[in-house]
Amino acid sequence: MKKIVALGMSAMMVLGLAACSGTDEAATTTAASNDNTKAAADVTTVADAETAGTVEEGAMDDVKVGLICLHDENSTYDLNFINGLKEAATNLGLSDDQVVIKTNIPETSDCYEAALDLVDAGCDIIFADSFGHEQFILQAAEENPDVEFCHATGTLAHTEEVANFHNAFASIYEGRYLAGVAAGLKLNEMIDAGKITADEALMGYVGAYTYAEVISGYTSFYLGAKSVCPSVTMKVQFTGSWYDETAEKEAANTLINAGCVLISQHADSMGAPTACEEAGVPNVSYNGSTVSACPNTFIVSSRINWAPYYEYAVTSVVNDTAIAYDWVGTISTGSVILTDVNTKAAAEGTQAKIDEVKAGLLDGSVKVFDTTTFTVDGAALTTYLADVDTDDAFTPDTEAIVDGAFAESTFRSAPYFNVNIDGIELLNTMF
Amino acid sequence: MENTSVNGKKAHEPLFHLVKRDSIKFWQSWLIRIGAVVAALIIVAIIASLMGYDPLSFYKTMWEGSFGSKRKIWKFLQSGAVLLGLAVALAPAFRMRFWNTGAEGQALIGGLAAAAVMQFATGVPSAVQIIFVIGAGVLAGAIWGFLPAVCKANWGTNETLFTLMMNYIAMQLTSFFIYSWDKSGHGNLGIINRKTKLGWLPSLGGNEYILAIIVVLLVTIGIHIYLVYLKHGYELAVVGESENTARYVGINVKKVIIRTMILSGALCGLVGVLVVSGIDHTITKDSIGGQGFTAIMVSWMAKFNPFYMIFCALLIIFLERGGSEVSTVLGLNDSFSEIVSGIIILFIIGSEFFINYRIMFNKHRREVEG
Repeated sequence: MKKIVALGMSAMMVLGLAACSGTDEAATTTAASNDNTKAAADVTTVADAETAGTVEEGAMDDVKVGLICLHDENSTYDLNFINGLKEAATNLGLSDDQVVIKTNIPETSDCYEAALDLVDAGCDIIFADSFGHEQFILQAAEENPDVEFCHATGTLAHTEEVANFHNAFASIYEGRYLAGVAAGLKLNEMIDAGKITADEALMGYVGAYTYAEVISGYTSFYLGAKSVCPSVTMKVQFTGSWYDETAEKEAANTLINAGCVLISQHADSMGAPTACEEAGVPNVSYNGSTVSACPNTFIVSSRINWAPYYEYAVTSVVNDTAIAYDWVGTISTGSVILTDVNTKAAAEGTQAKIDEVKAGLLDGSVKVFDTTTFTVDGAALTTYLADVDTDDAFTPDTEAIVDGAFAESTFRSAPYFNVNIDGIELLNTMF
Repeated sequence: MENTSVNGKKAHEPLFHLVKRDSIKFWQSWLIRIGAVVAALIIVAIIASLMGYDPLSFYKTMWEGSFGSKRKIWKFLQSGAVLLGLAVALAPAFRMRFWNTGAEGQALIGGLAAAAVMQFATGVPSAVQIIFVIGAGVLAGAIWGFLPAVCKANWGTNETLFTLMMNYIAMQLTSFFIYSWDKSGHGNLGIINRKTKLGWLPSLGGNEYILAIIVVLLVTIGIHIYLVYLKHGYELAVVGESENTARYVGINVKKVIIRTMILSGALCGLVGVLVVSGIDHTITKDSIGGQGFTAIMVSWMAKFNPFYMIFCALLIIFLERGGSEVSTVLGLNDSFSEIVSGIIILFIIGSEFFINYRIMFNKHRREVEG
């Protein structure tokens, strides 16, 4: 079923690209029109992820992999990329010499320099982990056609069509949704125990910035909670930084003081989880388990496991096969995972319910952004034009409501759900 | 350098006392500085070996951060040029004892103005646009220098705080304009005019690094001439020494303060243009990346002498690049490279003490020459 959906989406993208090349001059300057069919065929989703193939004995010995990180291991986000690469390296049998990691690379020309450094160091494939790295990586890719460049969270690869430049992301909204289910069950437990009334089921969310990646994340989290606890509402406080421990802690405390009885976050420091542990408020984490620092309040965490993508891309380099322009990891590729549930903090039966909903997501019977489950300004969302193909004006270009649900991460890997739905109140905005 | 192995019989007498040096020979002062660097390197080597790294390969890796390949050498020189440019821009103000801590903001606002022209003045011929880019950046930097100078000259405001606060205004303005210009909703402009390269400073002879280096070297020579051989340079030095003296000899103090700060701000703005239009081709809040603050240190370390600044700026960049290379190759956390830089800089600054003072060991104790 999933594969059929993926195939259908690929076909739609062919049409989308063809339409795009007619109107968007920028998109056609880099690729002759007869390349479009080939390019469109390369833009695949999950279906390709399993076909990277096996490699011959010893073929991995000469490959060298580079990774450019915005921060270092202190950031849960970057740590997740670094751990993913280490896991992939172990699985592929790469030695330490074959992996080079550059940390604390800002989103300036330093990123371009870092990429060239990695090229000089002999890397055959280079990954970068931050959204703002994209154009610098693209520049490096254009100048080094023999090296593959893979940029996570980016949006340009499927329209730029530079042969050695690729984007990747994962359908993390599904993971968020599952984490939301765990949160909803915890709220139900509090309601049943008489600690709060159903109307007081208020969650707080610490977000970094007010844009699609975060909006998509907190909305799916909220909808997951709402699927089991219908009265839930949520407040969101943004920090304006991906990594600001003080601001994240303060935001969490603000939310707790505003009556939030459960907190989740999409920012990369330990600020929010620590604030929750100190205040004794349950926390649904992100990027990995925070149970060691927060043994009493950590419920569960969703994260993207980047190892499958690393393995797919590196194997493709070794086998000399094409890497998809745009790759979406899912639950079934092992890219979207949940940590172990902390039974000390979670409600009873959380794991069983997560497994049940997960099965529903896998067989398609549960859709995260099912338009019957939420409203926008009191009305159901029947049509929405999302900005999928990046152009200079960032005009919305693609109808995202497909078969009664918002089709997130299908027209491209990076999230584009940026709708404000009812039940979620933004306390501020930060760009 | 020091020899303290003498017996101490009279416990009540201090071991040594300090005497201010009247003067020190040029070679002596540099011997002390080089000695300080060597001592710092030895300490770092000890720490590195305690952490299980071979000190020799540690330093080799450090060296390769700046000199490992032709491109790295160019990048090293280019980064050095940016830092040097800011330090040199501060020199006139510092010589006037006007503590301009606002290089970061003056450069950033210059870069912001340049970015604005790159984005929006695309209807004019490209050569004209580049002139506008440079003009706008220099003007914006000059205004950022002018405002604190006017307040200082007329109302005696504290220039250190004023210029420092102007940094944050520049950063917030940059964030604000990036947000209002950026239509992607990601708070990120991306590379401006990536395909058309409109408003980009040219790369001389196909070398994208060399322009900033040449411009900054010319500025350095120019500022040296300005400070040492021109009347302006003399006037600002007199104002720095004593405003009353300056008034007595008929120097218009207000005018000198404002004029000097306009120059200082304008040069910072020019560096901002080099960074935004010549190197990054985009602007973020962190485009100057704290180099405006590092430049204060460079300027001080070089005693406000533009030519010494070349050495100091390159040393700092060497440490930065070497440190990041070490953290990448040896897999050390970035913080370690900052510790290394910190130790070396601390030693260099500390060595100034031994240049200004000599240690006199009491009575039978040997006198130690620095």
